[in-house]
Amino acid sequence: MESLYLLIPLSLVVLAIAVAIFFWAVNSGQYDDIDREGERILFDEDGQPQSTPTAADDDAQGEGRGD
Amino acid sequence: MAEQDCYHCGLPVPAGADYPVTIQGLARAMCCPGCQAVASAIVDGGLHRFYDFRSQLSATATTDQQQVLEHYDLAAVQADFVHRNEDGTLAADLFVGGITCAACAWLIERHLAKLPGVAVTVNVSSHRCRVSWQPDQVKLSTILQAFEDIGYRARPLGDEAAEQQRSRENKAWLLRLGLAGLSMMQAGHAAIGLYFGAYTGIDDEWVAMLRWVSLVLTIPVVCYSATPFYSAAWRSLKVGHLVMDVPVSLAIILAFVASVWATLTNTGEVYYDSVGMFAFLLLLARYLEMQVRHRNEHHTASLVQLIPPVAIRIGDDGEQAVPVKSLVPGDRILVASGETLPCDGTVVRGASEVVEAVLTGEQSPVAKHPGAAVSAGTVNLANPLEIRVAAIGVSTRLAAILNLVGAAEAVKPRRAAVADRIAGWFVAGVLLITAAVAATWYLIDPSRAFWISLSVLVVTCPCALSLATPTALAVATGELRKLGLLIRKGHVLETLAVVERVIFDKTGTLTQGRMRLGAVVPAAGIDGEEVLVRGAALERGAAHPIAHAFAAVTGQLPPVEQQQVVVGQGVSGIIAGEPHVLGKPELLARLAGGPVAEPPPGGRQWLALGNARGLLGWIEVKDELRPRAGQALAELTALGLQVELLSGDRPAAAATVATALGMAEWRGGAAPEDKLQRVQQLQAGGQRVLMVGDGINDVPVLSGADVSVAMGDAVDVTRLHADSLLVSGDLEALPAAVRIARRTETIIRQNLAWALGYNLLAIPLAAMGYVPPWAAAIGMSSSSLIVVVNALRLARTSRPGQRGGHPQLRPQLA
Repeated sequence: MESLYLLIPLSLVVLAIAVAIFFWAVNSGQYDDIDREGERILFDEDGQPQSTPTAADDDAQGEGRGD
Repeated sequence: MAEQDCYHCGLPVPAGADYPVTIQGLARAMCCPGCQAVASAIVDGGLHRFYDFRSQLSATATTDQQQVLEHYDLAAVQADFVHRNEDGTLAADLFVGGITCAACAWLIERHLAKLPGVAVTVNVSSHRCRVSWQPDQVKLSTILQAFEDIGYRARPLGDEAAEQQRSRENKAWLLRLGLAGLSMMQAGHAAIGLYFGAYTGIDDEWVAMLRWVSLVLTIPVVCYSATPFYSAAWRSLKVGHLVMDVPVSLAIILAFVASVWATLTNTGEVYYDSVGMFAFLLLLARYLEMQVRHRNEHHTASLVQLIPPVAIRIGDDGEQAVPVKSLVPGDRILVASGETLPCDGTVVRGASEVVEAVLTGEQSPVAKHPGAAVSAGTVNLANPLEIRVAAIGVSTRLAAILNLVGAAEAVKPRRAAVADRIAGWFVAGVLLITAAVAATWYLIDPSRAFWISLSVLVVTCPCALSLATPTALAVATGELRKLGLLIRKGHVLETLAVVERVIFDKTGTLTQGRMRLGAVVPAAGIDGEEVLVRGAALERGAAHPIAHAFAAVTGQLPPVEQQQVVVGQGVSGIIAGEPHVLGKPELLARLAGGPVAEPPPGGRQWLALGNARGLLGWIEVKDELRPRAGQALAELTALGLQVELLSGDRPAAAATVATALGMAEWRGGAAPEDKLQRVQQLQAGGQRVLMVGDGINDVPVLSGADVSVAMGDAVDVTRLHADSLLVSGDLEALPAAVRIARRTETIIRQNLAWALGYNLLAIPLAAMGYVPPWAAAIGMSSSSLIVVVNALRLARTSRPGQRGGHPQLRPQLA
């Protein structure tokens, strides 16, 4: 049981670290746009041509917005 | 044709419309040329994956007249919102209209990245973006146009201060909430140890240790997370009110102080876990409330767009673009066709048609000749007008209408929140009882007086009472949001539950506010198709609302020469060498001679098409009813509400709509003041009124009604002054909202009854010293839990009958 004298203070230290990380995350703007970050991982950002029937569209990039 | 929804925006595709776009190898139907253009731009840009990513339908693209974007390239205009970075690039914060989900941010960033020297970051929650660009490579107007191409509208706002304030507030509450949550969980662990120890036996040294650990864990909650409750309580005490924050603060502080005392003296009982949980749940409710408020503010932030920022002043040295705020009465300005008037004034030269919907709600244009008075915010349709400025800014008629709002809100009937009404009595009662208990026990047994008075205070902890209302409101607000109804003001749910009469505006509310083509009655010797094609050719390129209806006509249009708008009458032009006219029968009679032709019967709006030899056919134009408007009205009536139509349009037009929807009560030709007066008269008669509208002429009445709903596509000022916003545009959300509001009221009553009943039972027991502290703590927690679970029932029971999403969309990520 004496191990509790070590483990409980240790848990407080871990908690303090968790709180510090949470504060840092909020203050550095990581929670500013919750609506978006939750879905970002679902969007392919690689820019590779997709193996879809519209691969030709990727070749035609730029034509649609000349103006 | 089978009923189909627009692939881009989800509106029904009108019969006969044909705007296909090939997306990933499949032809998709669009509802209008606007959506077609936007979808084509997205696909042509190689960004078709947007349609896979999005979780919400896009906003309907409009092809209406828009501001001249080049104005934003003027240094005088940019001075207000553009700042220069150290590396020489320019940066601006823009409000982006039309963002519906995270995929929109992806689309915008990908699309704008193709412009040279442009960087953009989009914030989906706040509907804002920060864009920076190299001034020597690209112009701001080009960037704004790139937004328009893919169906969004980006504009400077000038409210960065308010936005920063919101952002700070959000962070502060998030920190408080997160800290309270972490501490609550840890203190809960310690509490489990203590509770088990009380049953199975535990050494005193461990009890003391767990208590000290809990004490340390709870200090940040009491001293940091819960501080907003103390300051709100203090503010209310200073003005002599007792709001719910007062008992909340008392409970947190007293329970904590008692626990600290118990820990220090190693006596009594501790309540650290209860303090933490109580603070956390209340903070959670407040945080959700704040998020709803911010979301609404983001939705309605684009207030500035009513009048253009720039006008063309005609001076001695020619025409010059100047900021509108630098105009003075007496200046002459030039307003091109399709532009919005920046000021009040008189027409000096030119003849045109002006849509005064901003003042009257009526979409049909009014003819303006030299000498006629014109108002800021109205839209010049046909020809350029030269105008002598009479008033700008706050002295315009537009500003006068908006000023009515303040007056209307001042006399608006209000209901205080139930919980706050109870709070005053509750606090006073608890304090009196505690004092009496303390005095009595002091006489009986002074050594027990302190702990028994304390248990009375703790057992009456107003957790359940203070959670009863916010939890139910938070759940109901979320449910309404799923229906497409955003709540802007706190009283909406409470008032919706008790309204007796619903008043609708006509144009844009019950109807779609857009002209569409109806029946075609060709004359002998010509087919209907040909009549439509010639009509469309004559209207091509015109800015009139009727011309927009003809945009639905597809096919090869014959070329037209000498195309011309005849102010107040129609259009004329030469097709295949022959002069043609389209418009009022009188216009045709002037060209063809002879008597004025009689339109087909039925009181609808008909345009006559003809040439010098006489009538070629009649084309009906109509403003269609919103889909499901009839069902919505029937359901409202079934709920026991009276429905009424109150329109600024011609009485005949109001009558047509009222008859079509079977509404018994209707009035047409009502000015903004009349509308407000009508509602105030009903309120004087004791009725509670829900007003549904969309135009600026509805703003005063929306502010004056007990509760108001603005349509989602309403102009910004209207949305800003309504209590709630029907983003989906689906009127069937209204009866559903009334049902949810009534059920919310029931749940709140149940919660309050339970909380008060629990206290009535517990106080006497505690006062007599029969409640051991651990039982007080458990009673406190479980009574709160019951209230929360009861509120959650709202979400479960309102699931059936809600509006289905689009089949091709992923379920929305909450």
